[in-house]
Amino acid sequence: MDVSGNVSGNVSAEVLGEVREAVAQAHRREWATVLTATVRVTRDLDLAEECTQDAYAKALRTWPRDGIPTRPGAWLTTVARNRARDLLRRESAFQRALPLLVMDDVIPGPDDVHHRPIMDDDRLRLIFTCCHPALSPDAQVALTLRLLCGLSTAEVARAFLVQESTMAARITRAKKKITAARIPYRVPSAADLPERVSAVLEVVHLVFTTGHTAPIGEHLIRRDLLDGAVDLARLLHLLLPTDGEVTGLLALMLLIDARRETRLSATGKLVLLSEQDRGRWDRAKIDEGTALLTAALRDRPASRFGLQAAIAAVHAEAPTWADTDWAELVGLYDVLLTRWPSPVVELNRAVAVGLRDGPQAGLLALSPLLDEPALATYGYLSAARADFLRLLHRWAEAAAAYEEALALTDNDVERAFLTDRLTEVRTHLD
Amino acid sequence: MAKYLILIYGDEQQWDEMSAQEQRRIDDGHAAFVAKAGAGVIDGGALQPSTTATSLRAGSAGSPTVTDGPFLETKEALGGFYLLEAADLDEAISLAAQLPEVAAAHSGVEVRPVRDPG
Repeated sequence: MDVSGNVSGNVSAEVLGEVREAVAQAHRREWATVLTATVRVTRDLDLAEECTQDAYAKALRTWPRDGIPTRPGAWLTTVARNRARDLLRRESAFQRALPLLVMDDVIPGPDDVHHRPIMDDDRLRLIFTCCHPALSPDAQVALTLRLLCGLSTAEVARAFLVQESTMAARITRAKKKITAARIPYRVPSAADLPERVSAVLEVVHLVFTTGHTAPIGEHLIRRDLLDGAVDLARLLHLLLPTDGEVTGLLALMLLIDARRETRLSATGKLVLLSEQDRGRWDRAKIDEGTALLTAALRDRPASRFGLQAAIAAVHAEAPTWADTDWAELVGLYDVLLTRWPSPVVELNRAVAVGLRDGPQAGLLALSPLLDEPALATYGYLSAARADFLRLLHRWAEAAAAYEEALALTDNDVERAFLTDRLTEVRTHLD
Repeated sequence: MAKYLILIYGDEQQWDEMSAQEQRRIDDGHAAFVAKAGAGVIDGGALQPSTTATSLRAGSAGSPTVTDGPFLETKEALGGFYLLEAADLDEAISLAAQLPEVAAAHSGVEVRPVRDPG
């Protein structure tokens, strides 16, 4: 968000810095709470969003003068809700006739077990509304980032490499559908919950992977998306603490995100897992992820995200690349394939086989995947082949495979890495 | 409460070629749907095939041009409809999901909210 609000009076740079930090923190932690509390007043997502935005802007203006409140979230909520009431009072009768969000006014009684949500929280209602299957997957992601994580439309547009006007139209259309088609602002019933939760987790996971390796552009990592995804998973875990997939996804993201600061060199170059400085991995995230993983794996059969987290944990626990338990990894990929068959998982399994049994075995394991249509434009397959060919000193084939990988990669940092490898391999060709 | 129009689309040739037994199964499915939806069903019906359709568009000299055939020529034709009353989209979807055309591979339904006259 824009943290350069106008400040009146003489305020020291230090106070200003503290206020900006406090507002940024409240933005990250409390945006969704302030927004949903305001939705209770407006029954309209757009208006609630506008009032929430205004409240954060007002905080930037007044906190330097009045001091940071003890409970910033409560302060912001009060301001946003008061603003909403003001605007509603001034609104014309015509505007008031616009369709409102479908909210349950009556809290179901204890007899109504079937329709009673697991936990009563407006943020949970908002997540399920944003990730409703009647909205397109693109719209689900965009709405989640905008409404739950509080990213601006411009930020969401940048993350998915579309024009801001395109993203604004997409978000507006989705919000219009929510009211016009009456997508309810509600936690699904117990019967529908597992399916609906998995749709939400897909969205959160997509936000994370998009942040982990941006599909295109100059930056490898999008920190706002990584933080947003982890925050969302934390929230979901708070709301559904015993769900194995939810716990597994949070564990997975923490274990992978622990490597964040070591994935780029000081000069901005890609550093592979094998070369990363493991001493600089975030221990707190690894410990938290491992503890969550233990809980997630109590579920039988193991959840997909739980298994993926277990794979990430094998790397997190290996003191060096050479100490990695490749046999354990191959075994985990085998179980994951039964739980969640996917060509990408098969690719990862083949790479683990190659690291366990040597590059020749790796190439052999990769070969059936070359005909897989789903991987036809997947640069990581070419890159994995190229690496095994390079280790086998099959320089010409390795060069061709690196060229193929380059043609399929649009991220500048990954391209630079592949170009370096290609150059190195070509020196052997003369 | 709101109104939703449920539009049933499918391959007309496959509908034509249904055996009497298949036809009965579809009819039973609709009877079960109507029983389940109860007062939620405001109206509904099966349409005559699209070969019986007549379309009108603006023509010259103020009189409409009348042509034979459906307004849009599509592989899957509109074959029937229900007008439902439901609390929200989730209720409309859970009702529509029980229609026998949803289970068949060549057909499906579209759920369209009807604009509230305000």
